[in-house]
Amino acid sequence: MVSIRSISADPGSLTPNDLPWIIEHREDRCTLCGRCAAVCPVNTLKLAYMRKRMPKIALNSSERGSSFKTFVGIRQNTDVGRRCIGCGTCAMVCPNEAIHPVHNKTDRYRFQNTKNGEAPKRGGRRNEPGPNLLDRISFNRISMLTDPALDAGRHEFYMNTLLGRVLPPEEFVRRQAAGEWIPPVREIFPFIIGSMSFGALSPNMWLGLLQGVAYCNEVLGIPVVMATGEGGCPPWVLKSPFLKYIILQIASGYFGWDEIIRAIPEMQCDPAAIEIKYGQGAKPGDGGLLMWYKVSKLIARLRGVPEGVDLPSPPVHQTLYSIEESVMKMIQTMSMAFDFKVPVYPKISGSNSAKSVLNNLVRNPYASALLIDGIDGGTGAAYNVSMDATGHPIASNLRECYLDLCAQGKQNEIPIFAAGGVGKNGNITQNGMALIMLGASGVHMGKFIMQSAAGCLGNEQNRCNVCNLGICPKGITSQNPKIYRRLDPDKVAERVAETFMAIQTEMKKIMAPLGRSQSLPIGMSDALGIGDKDAAERLNIRYVC
Amino acid sequence: MCRLAMKTAIKPFSPYSVLTAMEAMQEGYDGSGLGLLLRGLEFTDYKYNSEDPVLSGIAHTEEALGRLHAIMDERGFVLKYDHEFDTDSSKIEAGDRYKYVLRVYKKPAAWKSIDKEQVEHELMMTRLALRRDGEEHNGDLTAFSLWPDVAMLKEVGWPLGVGQALGLESGRIKSRVCMAQGRQNTNWGINLYACHPFFIQGVGTMTNGENTAFIPIKDWLEGKNYPGYVGYQSDSEVFTHILHYVTKQLKLPLAAYKHVITPLKNDELDAHPQGEFLRGLRNVCRRLIIDGPNAIIGTLPDETCMLVMDAKKLRPATIGGKAGEWAIASEMCGVDAMIPDRDCSKDFQPMREHTIIIPPDRQEIEIWSQFDQFPQTQAA
Repeated sequence: MVSIRSISADPGSLTPNDLPWIIEHREDRCTLCGRCAAVCPVNTLKLAYMRKRMPKIALNSSERGSSFKTFVGIRQNTDVGRRCIGCGTCAMVCPNEAIHPVHNKTDRYRFQNTKNGEAPKRGGRRNEPGPNLLDRISFNRISMLTDPALDAGRHEFYMNTLLGRVLPPEEFVRRQAAGEWIPPVREIFPFIIGSMSFGALSPNMWLGLLQGVAYCNEVLGIPVVMATGEGGCPPWVLKSPFLKYIILQIASGYFGWDEIIRAIPEMQCDPAAIEIKYGQGAKPGDGGLLMWYKVSKLIARLRGVPEGVDLPSPPVHQTLYSIEESVMKMIQTMSMAFDFKVPVYPKISGSNSAKSVLNNLVRNPYASALLIDGIDGGTGAAYNVSMDATGHPIASNLRECYLDLCAQGKQNEIPIFAAGGVGKNGNITQNGMALIMLGASGVHMGKFIMQSAAGCLGNEQNRCNVCNLGICPKGITSQNPKIYRRLDPDKVAERVAETFMAIQTEMKKIMAPLGRSQSLPIGMSDALGIGDKDAAERLNIRYVC
Repeated sequence: MCRLAMKTAIKPFSPYSVLTAMEAMQEGYDGSGLGLLLRGLEFTDYKYNSEDPVLSGIAHTEEALGRLHAIMDERGFVLKYDHEFDTDSSKIEAGDRYKYVLRVYKKPAAWKSIDKEQVEHELMMTRLALRRDGEEHNGDLTAFSLWPDVAMLKEVGWPLGVGQALGLESGRIKSRVCMAQGRQNTNWGINLYACHPFFIQGVGTMTNGENTAFIPIKDWLEGKNYPGYVGYQSDSEVFTHILHYVTKQLKLPLAAYKHVITPLKNDELDAHPQGEFLRGLRNVCRRLIIDGPNAIIGTLPDETCMLVMDAKKLRPATIGGKAGEWAIASEMCGVDAMIPDRDCSKDFQPMREHTIIIPPDRQEIEIWSQFDQFPQTQAA
């Protein structure tokens, strides 16, 4: 049957009310400057001349009639690809507060975002707003009587952690006496800037982070380290004294490692560590993905690929037969490449099978740590279904791994680092310390530092989340100089320093009432409580109500 | 708060003298119990050979005592002396103390062929077997120690009252070292095993204060799967086990204990002649770092005595004395009561970096600072 076409009713047609974000425009305040439309990263805004009829009501029929008024209004594009992403950049540039996006919880866009058979992809992390489990953990073992609480403002606190294989004390004493090799160990701040690649991040963002990290180390005395993610590192950084603050990541695409290996003879210092990525919390089972929009000339050169092509890394390290073999060979090879002076550890996505990876590492004398990335981890690009529904929450995964190590008496030998949604709702120190007391030696944070240091706009209501497209309105994840020049690296560095100073203070405010100051309270689970019986039982902590 | 008193002297003395010193410190303490460790024993009724192991504990029922006999017999121990306390049970709070056990045994004949370390292991395993047996029978058998030249006693009640109830003032038992602690673990349910001092393989310690890092330390010690690292009814028991671990398992000198429980900070290690070793030791023993506030008083099998503080030093302890006899107490008045005729201007209160060591000759105390060179040369 031929459809009638008097109204637009395609299966995929949407009205502004169907979109996840609806632009609210106040004509009475608009100065017609056009900045909003110019800055909109998805070109959803259209300034349009519009005409409206002004009926004239009068008793005398000869005076009746209509006049017409022309005005300039905003039209919101309803194409799926050009829908409003809610970033609010329009509101940011508007001189007169005349425009802003409003979240629409009952959108129909979610049923239509599969144009051309493309499953939806985005940046960001699992869209699950509200408090997560970590936010609900409180610190309950307060020192009161026989053990007075400490003074967070005046006492000295030792808050660093260790990254690296730690020998059993007996073996250390023996090897020290015999002059044998002692595995490298780094003393670092337990909040680590998680792996975000030079490629995922803009050059200005990357530079700002590195400047901030260097400032934390060299001026503030906070030994912060940052991880690169897959995709290498600019050659000037590899040959600089700042390399010691950087964890270099090798992943299944091996992008950037040509440059790194070539730079080894010219390195002034060793990197902080080498991270071998086997999995990522945001998209378990997927390799890294840098979409073609972001493969600029610089990125192409660093990665040794042509410009403007998608760079999907395979899900596994293809050259290897099994995970056990892979872990063993790669750890040993990377250790050897850096003369057994750099800790090498794998990063895996949170999984029911994390314990078996861990137990393999326990038996590998070169394995330095394990990083487990939970389901709430962020990414620059992934399929929605991977991000939202695949993976394992970090808390219970970490806890069972830690308790497994405790049962073997190895909890000091292989530090476990936790990641995935740390600071998701802004409670970075509380989340991190909860994980530390559950058994983590430290935590990695990616999305939080983007939000805190660079003002990333993304949230769990699918605001913005276009990191994959290279159109980041703040210039954080774009490779387009016109966009990333919006971001001032000095300002990012300043925010990095401010963030870590605040974390340090908050750590003291958590540790002092617990009576702890001499060492990071790793595994101090007697301090934790949660008002959820099932979670308390699963995590083996106290149920409080 | 616990009151702690320790006296060490060349000439054996009655533990009752230490209990009277505890009376001097009674202000502000709950006096809920007594824990005693005596080392360097002398009995009026028996000529004791200091090589023979002494079993200390409580049989709460006749049946438990029977099982104790059976366990010791089965393992080949031969009873040489059974010390009968002049007990006045009306003065004891608890009603289920059938017999306070303090018995000297001859080591099993089969042990002649095994080396010293194995003997020590067997002694510990026998003590643990007795303890386990008691735990399996509703706690009717308590075993505090089984070790040559060491006797222990733990009981609920006012310390001096307990001493009188057991007839300690008669002087039938004397020792060259006496550690006394005057409290049961009233923070939690009372359990005799939770009372200081704690003991493992000749190493004994008692502590003032709370151990805030208890759980991570306990988790780590339990993970060693060493049979003696059990119990932990009190958070202070880990201090004893750490001392045992450092001196007996790592075989490091006593001074290393301080470096394990309160390691130096980075800038201090940078300036330390053995900074590299100590930094490594700090890393590998990271889970044994204590957070205080604690004063730890300990004794070792060779009658060396020691005192250390946590790094924040929120618990006081004083040492004073003269050549031949020394006293450590949580209050100055306790030292006064134990050794009144000393030069009290030479009393010393250790700071966070100090380990006070009273060597077995008891002529002088050593005040060893963590900033000083490690007393044992390290190879390579």
